[in-house]
Amino acid sequence: MKVVTLGATRGIGRSLARLLAARGDSIHVLGRNQEDIAKCAEDLKVRGAAKVSTGLCDLMAPSIFGPALEAADADLGGFDTVILSAGIFGTQNELAEDRARAAAVLTANFTNTVLFCEEARVRLLARGGGRLAVFSSVAGERARKPVVIYGSTKAGLSAYLEGLDHLYRAQGLITTTVKPGFVRTSMTQGLKEPPFAGDPDDVAKTVLSAILRGAPVVYAPSMWALVMMVIRLLPRAVMRRVTF
Amino acid sequence: MLSGWGRVFGPGREVASEDVEAITRDATLTRGLARSYGDSSLPHPSDGVVASCRLADRILSFDEASGEVKAESGFSLLQLNRTFWGRNFAAPVAPGTQFITLGGMVSADVHGKDHHATGGFGAHVREIRMRLASGDIVTASRTENADLFKATIGGMGLLGHILDVTFKIPRIPSPWVAIETERMPDLESYLAGLKDAAGRFPFTMGWIDTLGAAGKLGRGVLMRGRWADPHEARPGVPQPLQRPGLPFVLPEFAISRMTVAAFNSFYYGIHPSSMRRKVAHPEAFFYPLDAIRNWNLLYGRRGFTQYQCVIPEAAGPEGVKSFVSLLRRTGGSSMVSVIKDCGDEGEGLLSFPMRGTSVAADFPARERVQQIVDTLNGHLIELGGRIYLAKDRFTRAEDYRKMDARIDAWKEVKRRYDPKGRLRSAQSARLELT
Repeated sequence: MKVVTLGATRGIGRSLARLLAARGDSIHVLGRNQEDIAKCAEDLKVRGAAKVSTGLCDLMAPSIFGPALEAADADLGGFDTVILSAGIFGTQNELAEDRARAAAVLTANFTNTVLFCEEARVRLLARGGGRLAVFSSVAGERARKPVVIYGSTKAGLSAYLEGLDHLYRAQGLITTTVKPGFVRTSMTQGLKEPPFAGDPDDVAKTVLSAILRGAPVVYAPSMWALVMMVIRLLPRAVMRRVTF
Repeated sequence: MLSGWGRVFGPGREVASEDVEAITRDATLTRGLARSYGDSSLPHPSDGVVASCRLADRILSFDEASGEVKAESGFSLLQLNRTFWGRNFAAPVAPGTQFITLGGMVSADVHGKDHHATGGFGAHVREIRMRLASGDIVTASRTENADLFKATIGGMGLLGHILDVTFKIPRIPSPWVAIETERMPDLESYLAGLKDAAGRFPFTMGWIDTLGAAGKLGRGVLMRGRWADPHEARPGVPQPLQRPGLPFVLPEFAISRMTVAAFNSFYYGIHPSSMRRKVAHPEAFFYPLDAIRNWNLLYGRRGFTQYQCVIPEAAGPEGVKSFVSLLRRTGGSSMVSVIKDCGDEGEGLLSFPMRGTSVAADFPARERVQQIVDTLNGHLIELGGRIYLAKDRFTRAEDYRKMDARIDAWKEVKRRYDPKGRLRSAQSARLELT
């Protein structure tokens, strides 16, 4: 595959990019810090990637999405897969106190992620389709007290991604919505660990296999599909009382 | 609460990040995958926080021609094997688990089945980039800050936070291992077998029964191996083995003298009495205990300790024998006690191995654990041996001081680079190293 990644410098995105490298895929690493993406590229090269290139791109700067994807296209000789795992996390306590940070989370995780996907969609459709895998979250499945604002960005994103899949699958654009449960990364650092927490390397395997089979939605760790099914069924009266 | 692999918990919490430079700025200790058994990776109780490098795991460069790798300190042996076996490169040392980081491998100067042939991990390290207690970032090697380099190899992370490590990995003919397994009826024949194999095989190790009846004491299974030649190797690259886990902490009655004796007899019994040769999966040969992901839950709620010591060659087979008998008498009842010969002492000022025989036994951390460790240490000091800090949780400072004449030299370097004694661990305080 020829893959463009945004968010491969950290967390699950990093683990996922390494699996692609080990398969011998070609990877274009987008990120906002030159040193970080250069180190990431070297790491992926040693781990077996056929070809690695880099480009600057910041989820907070939508005007560069188009040019960044053009450059990626040129470096890869035409990409067929786009993976977006970047995003900003904030607990409700943090975001309720800090309007600027809340605005950043809303903008990055919803508005700008959608805009990035639109740029990717146009280019993939123009060549007859491809794969688009985007990290949403189980936090978007049901509003929960600790992640009200963050969860709402992911709820919106999941809805958009589902719509993309409805619209374009027939034209060959396969959209995979990735819904990680609790994964032990630096993003979840310091949060209380619930049952069924996963490690990024294991979660990335689940995600990759879903992308390769063209699954529209993947929960990772897979156990979270069940967990969320139960949580979706809980009545509001219960959700008001629980603290998770 | 935090613990090492032995699950004896102490106060503290961990802060992990991909950016190891950022999290070590104010930290007094950095840990990796927390596979040291005791309190080496636990913060000093009044510090409360330990940085973790486990997410800082990028390979920074690899030179195919020389086999030189530079990687961040959280890069694990598991990733090293997965990345390089397929290209006919292997780690320079063969420790007992893959779940360890480069930072940990330097800090404990880890050794393995090939110590007699290749020494500890430190011998293969060219350069370490580290953050000192002052906050400054420096490079240590044999030519630059050489005193710091020597004190850091085996220095339990107490000289500075290791940021990245440059080391060499050797080429191998294939990633599969040609092994021989042989049962040994008693300790003398086992020790003689180890010595004989050391001259012919890069990997030797074995397991002994410390509970066998008189006459059978120290009966065991000896394994020797080498990387298989291409014509012997199985086809393809070894794929990761499945690792089931224990679902919960087992109740304490699961490990008792009786169950351990039964296990040991069973384990001895399933090995054929005549020598067997085969080509094995490298994970199965090098890391048999990794097969059960969380085998540390075996020992129950209160956890366990591993007692590992090295008995100097000068003490002879009699020394080893007297130690193993004492192990049996004190009730250091252990499944899979491991006996292995060590090669020469390395450059690390606090490195564990020295020429002689290493003995390791696991036992539960219950009421008598302190007494057992004290008794074993008493005899070990008479024999002139020392313990392995990466395993230790219960040794007393006064005993530790008697085991190692190099401590003063190490402390001098420590004072030079950390005059205020800022960097420390729960263990370093207990053993009065800091």
